[in-house]
Amino acid sequence: MRNYVQASWDEPLLNELSRPGRVGNSVPSDPTISSRFKDPQSLIPQSMRRDSLNLPELSELQVLRHFNRLSQMNFSVELGMYPLGSCTMKYNPKVSEMIASSDAMKGAHPLQPAGTVQGILSIFYDLERALCEITGMHRFSLSTAAGAQGELAGVLMIRKYLAEHGGGARDEILVPDSAHGTNPASAAMAGFKVVKVPSGANGQVKASKVQELSSERTAGMMFTVPNTLGLFEGEVKEVCDAVHAAGGLMYYDGANMNALLGRARPGDMGFDVVHLNLHKTFATPHGGGGPGAGPVGVTRKLADYLPVPVVAKGKTGYSLDYGLRRSIGPLKGFVGNSAVLLRAYIYIRLLGASGLKDVSSMAVLAANYLWKSLDPEAFPASHEAGLFRKHEAVVSVKGELPGSAMTVAKAILDLGMHSPTVYFPLIVHEALMIEPTESEPEEMLDEYAEALNSIYAKIKDGTLGPVPKNTSVGKVDEVKASHPLTLRVHW
Amino acid sequence: MLPNLDDDFVRRMLRKVGAATVEDLFSDIPEGVKLGRPLRLPEGGSEYAVRREVQARLRQNKTPPETLCFLGGGVWPHYVPAAVESITSRQEFYTSYTPYQAEASQGVLQALFEYQSLMCDLLGMEACNGSLYDWASAAGEAVRMAGRVTGRNKVLLGGNIGPQRRGVIRTYTEPMGMTLETVDFDRATGRMDSEDLKKKLSDGVACLYFENPNYFGVIEDEAPEVTSLVHGSGALVVAGVDPISLSLIREPGAYGADIAVGEGQPLGIPMNYGGPHLGIFAVKDIKLARSMPGRLIGLTTSVADQQRKAFAMVLQAREQHIRREGAMSNVCTNQSLMAIAAASYLSLLGKDGFRRLGETVIANSHFAAKRLSRIDGVVSPHFKGAFFKEFVVSYKKAKAESVFGKLAKRGVLAGSPTHKEVGSQSGLYCVTEVHTREDIEALAAALEEAV
Repeated sequence: MRNYVQASWDEPLLNELSRPGRVGNSVPSDPTISSRFKDPQSLIPQSMRRDSLNLPELSELQVLRHFNRLSQMNFSVELGMYPLGSCTMKYNPKVSEMIASSDAMKGAHPLQPAGTVQGILSIFYDLERALCEITGMHRFSLSTAAGAQGELAGVLMIRKYLAEHGGGARDEILVPDSAHGTNPASAAMAGFKVVKVPSGANGQVKASKVQELSSERTAGMMFTVPNTLGLFEGEVKEVCDAVHAAGGLMYYDGANMNALLGRARPGDMGFDVVHLNLHKTFATPHGGGGPGAGPVGVTRKLADYLPVPVVAKGKTGYSLDYGLRRSIGPLKGFVGNSAVLLRAYIYIRLLGASGLKDVSSMAVLAANYLWKSLDPEAFPASHEAGLFRKHEAVVSVKGELPGSAMTVAKAILDLGMHSPTVYFPLIVHEALMIEPTESEPEEMLDEYAEALNSIYAKIKDGTLGPVPKNTSVGKVDEVKASHPLTLRVHW
Repeated sequence: MLPNLDDDFVRRMLRKVGAATVEDLFSDIPEGVKLGRPLRLPEGGSEYAVRREVQARLRQNKTPPETLCFLGGGVWPHYVPAAVESITSRQEFYTSYTPYQAEASQGVLQALFEYQSLMCDLLGMEACNGSLYDWASAAGEAVRMAGRVTGRNKVLLGGNIGPQRRGVIRTYTEPMGMTLETVDFDRATGRMDSEDLKKKLSDGVACLYFENPNYFGVIEDEAPEVTSLVHGSGALVVAGVDPISLSLIREPGAYGADIAVGEGQPLGIPMNYGGPHLGIFAVKDIKLARSMPGRLIGLTTSVADQQRKAFAMVLQAREQHIRREGAMSNVCTNQSLMAIAAASYLSLLGKDGFRRLGETVIANSHFAAKRLSRIDGVVSPHFKGAFFKEFVVSYKKAKAESVFGKLAKRGVLAGSPTHKEVGSQSGLYCVTEVHTREDIEALAAALEEAV
């Protein structure tokens, strides 16, 4: 195992570094203009003039040192393996960063006339076509800023479509108990009641169960395939049929699409609405929590309901279309997370048709390889040990002590690797959800498995000791963080 | 990008997995849903080829320095200091994710905590979340929150707010059954009509959402009176702001706003053709923090050493991964990297630099408004109310659409048509610190030809 210690700067807060009179950046000012305005604040009505402004005062080098030191206390994909399940922490190509940092991208204003932004609009158009081909959908709106916003758009479309087709009384959305928390939260935001669908003993949803829970109140179902246990939902087609037969629509949560690229498409399974997480499957960086992009796609009958704008191609070139007659409306102020969309397009161009299929092959191979490299005594599979996993595997930590999944998570941080997702899905006891992605070389997968196995052995024989100890701080007091609440500094 | 693609790796890995071929790993996908053909997409290109192709396409965009951009309306041209770009280009920040493991993620956690503190100072608020998608979606979330907190379902919107925010607020609130009503604005000053507000306030109103400066760039100088009116009827006040304006203009907390939202893009984030930007969301009363959407970072200590400060995500029981359908919002992935950009931007400029920036912006924009007023057939500014960096210009004989197009043909992006209430002959102009006197003269020359 690697001898690892994370940087630990005990970095002060900005206000502690502040000294009156320092400025870190020179603000432009034209003396031939500023000389005409001796007291600029007098242009503001008396009642609205700011009395005092409390911002820290630092030099440029101090600011850089501060944030660079913070960055050193932050684990990341480019430092080590980061197999956070359901988050698809794959490699983010550098060339995308380079292209996205061009003035032609950064300097474009979203209200520019379409004729002056044909470059990015043509890329949006091609990206939309590619996403349609990959998912089997008819049209996409690229405007939604993250997966959860794509979900909200999706359920709002279902709601509006049904309301206009005699289904206004349908107020329930089925959501499996293994689903991401965003699914029930999105359905509730759109005004639906959430009906929980229990997973079967094999970790998959039974079509018969869905049929039983469907009624004239069913608006639809949100379904994640492969699911959060890493299993392909074997009855997906029958589930779609059951919901359709009851008069509802099917929503595909694309968080786990990485496993299916070039192999299966939600459109062919029977889904009506799809969202994709471009920051997962299409390799745009996760940004410490965001930004992402969550385009939402639909079949032909729902195309007019998409959130605006959508990209149109006409005789005079590409443009943004805000005029979809039945649109649920806009969800974001301007266009979309365009620079994220650009990166996703670059990724698709780099990989191409066969490369994308290789991605799903290698991601699934890596997940199964890592899973099979774990000690099955220590880390029993959540369900169906005989079935191959897709993008991720979920195991339990064999319960010597409660909280053992958290202990494993903290212990692996000490070895210079990020932990899996823990305690999710909620239906698995002491869950570790491991998604290595296609980016990890075989020897890294070996190292990770060996680390988990040895941590378990140490827990078992009582030699692990307090963890983590090699991170920039030891175990953080998360209870105290909320009581009393310190959400800002006063100074 | 695929380190195990070579046959030797695949063979060895398959042996451990217990499968004969990679195809076997997918054998549980029913034949009926398997894609039995290759994707109909072009094959992949080399890094060089793709870079060349995409860059060539992007060059069709007309952007500064090739053009002059005087567009605003919720996204504004401001200078992004090199140090901010350097910080947001740190791979430790941009290739990590939500700091679920606090001990290994103190960097992002502290940076977001500092963002929360800086925004609270700037806005005069007590709690700010770690970011939402953009101004419009933050406004949508704020109005929803006002509905939850007050148990009321009527929303008053300023008639002079940005159409983008209005549209998104409608989409966000419609499923809650909230009804939207518009408060008129004064046609001469561009300010909110407080008499109309009085008429429309009732005990069914959850909140007033207004912007300051408003969409016309005009400062709402009656904001303190407006907030006490609204509070008098038991409703909340949600203020939408351009953070740059807070260099000189009173902060929402000081005039009584309960929730402040805004667009953080001008704080060191490129315009990026619409995103990623930064949705600011903050509340005045710390008790309201429990009803807030989005992630919150708190200051704490290490368990073993109570002297050692540390940071963690807090109040997570509000969030979707814990509370599911009972969550305050569905937001998960946010705009953290943009919040880090804003934190570094504000600390670089600091107290004096940020104030100087405000002074340059207000001076340049007033100089420009006056310069344009000397053009025949142009009224500038159209509204009499005091303004900060944006102003409406109206044309006596020309349509706004036509002027907008003609200016663009001359390489000047300016005068996006304002909404219908102002008529079809006016455009919005934005002037900031990035515009030189020569730029403003070039704008004037182009406008003279366009009208």
